[in-house]
Amino acid sequence: MRYFLLIFGLTILGVMLIAGKRGDISRRPPLEVFPDMDRMPKLRPQTRADFFTDGMSSRLPVAGTVARGSAWQDAPVNTGKQPGTTNWVEVIPVAVNEQLMKRGQERYTVYCLVCHGAAGDGKGITGKYGMVAMANFHDPRLVKMADGEIFNAITFGKNLMGPYGGQIPIEDRWAIIAYVRALQRSRLATLDDVPADHRDALRRAMPPPAPATNAPAARPQ
Amino acid sequence: MANIFPRWSNRLPLLVIIGLFLVGTAAIAGIWYYFTPKYTRVGYQPVQPVPFSHAVHVDQIGLDCRYCHSAVEKSWYSNIPTASTCMNCHNQVLKDDPRLAAIRESAATGIPVPWVQVHKVPDYVYFNHSVHVNRGISCVHCHGEINKMDEVYHAKPLSMTFCLDCHRNPAPNLRPPEKVTDLAWNPHQHLPKDWGEKAKKDWKVNASQNCSACHR
Ligand code: HEC
Ligand code: HEC
Ligand code: HEC
Ligand code: HEC
Ligand code: HEC
Ligand code: HEC
Repeated sequence: MRYFLLIFGLTILGVMLIAGKRGDISRRPPLEVFPDMDRMPKLRPQTRADFFTDGMSSRLPVAGTVARGSAWQDAPVNTGKQPGTTNWVEVIPVAVNEQLMKRGQERYTVYCLVCHGAAGDGKGITGKYGMVAMANFHDPRLVKMADGEIFNAITFGKNLMGPYGGQIPIEDRWAIIAYVRALQRSRLATLDDVPADHRDALRRAMPPPAPATNAPAARPQ
Repeated sequence: MANIFPRWSNRLPLLVIIGLFLVGTAAIAGIWYYFTPKYTRVGYQPVQPVPFSHAVHVDQIGLDCRYCHSAVEKSWYSNIPTASTCMNCHNQVLKDDPRLAAIRESAATGIPVPWVQVHKVPDYVYFNHSVHVNRGISCVHCHGEINKMDEVYHAKPLSMTFCLDCHRNPAPNLRPPEKVTDLAWNPHQHLPKDWGEKAKKDWKVNASQNCSACHR
């Protein structure tokens, strides 16, 4: 009995030492205890598939075809250009309403904020890690830029900026542009743009203009 | 006449029973403890071809999950980003770093980086990301604190009980949809107690427990 208990104890200890406990970090792939139909010979997205010459399970559309529902027409909404020309459309060709603006704000935060910054001034966090040249949306050139050209910059990228057409659907691109326009407007607005019933509240909140006579005296000589 | 069997053999049947009992208990305990996804899957952390860190990109830089996993709200499948997504920044940041050599090569040739898949339900299970993410179920419930991980590991069992535990009572796990990708946000700190129940009613959340919802 003593030998039995010894062997029994050692076996348990051995199993526990080799198998470890639940949740231990392991480099080995998970065990599939009863792998009945766990893995079927169907293709999952983004996996290897030797059936195709390029070895990828996710397929691109065959040349010369378009997917149902995809945006292939030469329409301002899809290209940001006047149909049949290379001229940019001046204004967003979809209805701009509060919902679109909200969506734009959300999508801007996801996709653009890290580089162009929350205020759109090009001072996003990536600047701290060595990214340069992130455009400042308050630059007069960009304020005057046609909406279609911004659309094109998002879709295909521009110089140092990468393309976002693959990640951001068309609707959302226009929503982002609407929000970028709102950001620009926020720096150019005057008191007259504020609805009349809010003007008084805003005036009270603004710091009083500094008395003109103090200004030169305060400047260090 | 001398005894054929020594005296201790009288106790043999008892010893055998005790022995079998011990072995049986140990075997059951072992199966209970080890033959479950809580052991077989949790903790799986494959070596990835590029030492990509979610902690650096999500916590430190503040990228949203959807910047890279952009299909997560729209489809059943949450995509792994292409190398060109990485190159949006790494064409300038760590431009010549050897750790990113595979990314640069992939971006130039179009041959995908061979990332190793971590989370994988069996093929007879139908899972859908968009239905969960759009209903305010955060990534953190099913993937753990990805935002703190330097290397992704399998944090939750993703077994059938795991899915059903939530499907039976989703209310405590709901949060406002705009907080779904904010993994550090703790709903219990910010929301009143009955918020989940109310949201469940308002949004008509119906987490099906029918077999055919997940096995279709
Ligand atoms: C990875 C960082 C990064 C992100 C994210 C990013 N940009 Fe840019 N963006 C840049 C850089 C860098 C430039 C300057 C490109 C140049 O002129 O070389 C730029 C330039 C631009 C320009 C000016 C193009 C021109 O013609 O001068 C616009 C408009 C723009 N970005 C819009 C956006 C929008 C909208 C988003 C979000 C969908 C976005 N960017 C996301 C880095 C980024
Ligand atoms: C929004 C910009 C951005 C994107 C997109 C991005 N990175 Fe990074 N990455 C950074 C920054 C910033 C750092 C930190 C650099 C530093 O610490 O100096 C970094 C660091 C790294 C590092 C070094 C990690 C470490 O521990 O310091 C690796 C590896 C890396 N990134 C891989 C990737 C991969 C792979 C992708 C694509 C899936 C990617 N990055 C996408 C900005 C980005
Ligand atoms: C900069 C791009 C980037 C961002 C932002 C990002 N991821 Fe990832 N993610 C990746 C890459 C690349 C991989 C594949 C490599 C790996 O597993 O580490 C990955 C892998 C994963 C995996 C494991 C996939 C598998 O094989 O099972 C999960 C889960 C995940 N990410 C969740 C998240 C969550 C949640 C967030 C937001 C908090 C997030 N990711 C943000 C790029 C990113
Ligand atoms: C309800 C649970 C659940 C939620 C919530 C969830 N996931 Fe997943 N995720 C899974 C499961 C299950 C898988 C494995 C799917 C499969 O086998 O195809 C997975 C797989 C993934 C993968 C790997 C895809 C692949 O095949 O390589 C990524 C990346 C991912 N999830 C990201 C996310 C992100 C980002 C979020 C939050 C926005 C999220 N997930 C929310 C359960 C969840
Ligand atoms: C943290 C909570 C939670 C977890 C964990 C979870 N789910 Fe869900 N799931 C939900 C909710 C809530 C809904 C209902 C969404 C709605 O009302 O549209 C849902 C809906 C679904 C649906 C759609 C059902 C239908 O009616 O078509 C499927 C399929 C599904 N879940 C599969 C899974 C699988 C598989 C897992 C495990 C890997 C899982 N879920 C884990 C909360 C969860
Ligand atoms: C919320 C989603 C969900 C629902 C509802 C669901 N299942 Fe499952 N089922 C799963 C998942 C996920 C697995 C894979 C578990 C694993 O791999 O650990 C699974 C696995 C199984 C297995 C295989 C177990 C094995 O290890 O071989 C059977 C059998 C099964 N389910 C039967 C059912 C039946 C019967 C019902 C209805 C009463 C049902 N399931 C409802 C998600 C679900």
